Amino acid sequence: MSADPAPDPTPRFAPGARVRVRDAWPERRRLPSGAPSCHIRTPHYLRGREGEVQAVLGAFANPEDLAFARPAPRRLLYHVLFAQPPIWQEGGEGDTLLVEIFEHWLEPAPESADASGKEAA
Amino acid sequence: MSAPARAESLARLERLVAALRAKGLVSEEELAAMQARTDRASPEIGARMVARAWLDPTWRALLLQDGAAAAERMGVSMAGAPPLGVLENRPGLHHLVVCTLCSCYPRAVLGYPPGWYKSFEYRSRAVRDPRGVLAEWGTTLPAGTKVRVVDSTADYRWMVLPMRPEGTEGWSEDQLAALVTRDALVGVALPQVPARAAA
Repeated sequence: MSADPAPDPTPRFAPGARVRVRDAWPERRRLPSGAPSCHIRTPHYLRGREGEVQAVLGAFANPEDLAFARPAPRRLLYHVLFAQPPIWQEGGEGDTLLVEIFEHWLEPAPESADASGKEAA
Repeated sequence: MSAPARAESLARLERLVAALRAKGLVSEEELAAMQARTDRASPEIGARMVARAWLDPTWRALLLQDGAAAAERMGVSMAGAPPLGVLENRPGLHHLVVCTLCSCYPRAVLGYPPGWYKSFEYRSRAVRDPRGVLAEWGTTLPAGTKVRVVDSTADYRWMVLPMRPEGTEGWSEDQLAALVTRDALVGVALPQVPARAAA
């Protein structure tokens, strides 16, 4: 374990904050060899989805760098709560998903009234 | 539970260990200590943590606040292990743990994950149709209970703290721990009081 001289970053989101997971798909880029160009710990089914920060879990070395043995700055990790039925069109009313998401995958949820996820339109 | 290791996997492992030894990165002693620690870990550790939480409110608070610190206090070495989070089931809320991306599992307190936990079927269905998965396990939640699926995607490992079953008043920690199965600690099952013991 090497000491990290940088202090842990200040959380951008507090518990209770409404957030949206970035609708980004960097894994679609491939290296010329055809190999994956990235390693991502954000499940695909949550991209573009809105949830609520439940807890700030602390700062951890960014797995997207660790996977390629690059220097890995510490990034804040959040526990984010999502309503389950809008995501899968299944499950019971009030069922939820609780998932660890790194801060660089989160953005503030839009203010609009119908911002309940991709299917809102 | 898990499928036996394939011959080519074992051969690759032996080449890796030989290379690490040749570079002086691991010693026999370190390998033996790691193996002993891995072999010692079993769901009995998690069950003991749960039983103690049912009996001791102070311990319960510690367990929920910092699972790794609680495990250390029970003599489990958490050095090098990921942080341990504990998910408290309560009336109206049931937790189910899955790792959709790979097979993250709280090995320090539950031991090796069972084969089904690592299967594509469980990993894809638990997050999408948790109630269907629970039904197939024969697990019936009280009416009105919400299901919360915890997808273990990153640096924490998660264990469920089930609710203490009725009919166990006055039971000892040993008796209670015997009710807590690995499956209950993952959330696919509930602790069950054997019919004859409940009488």
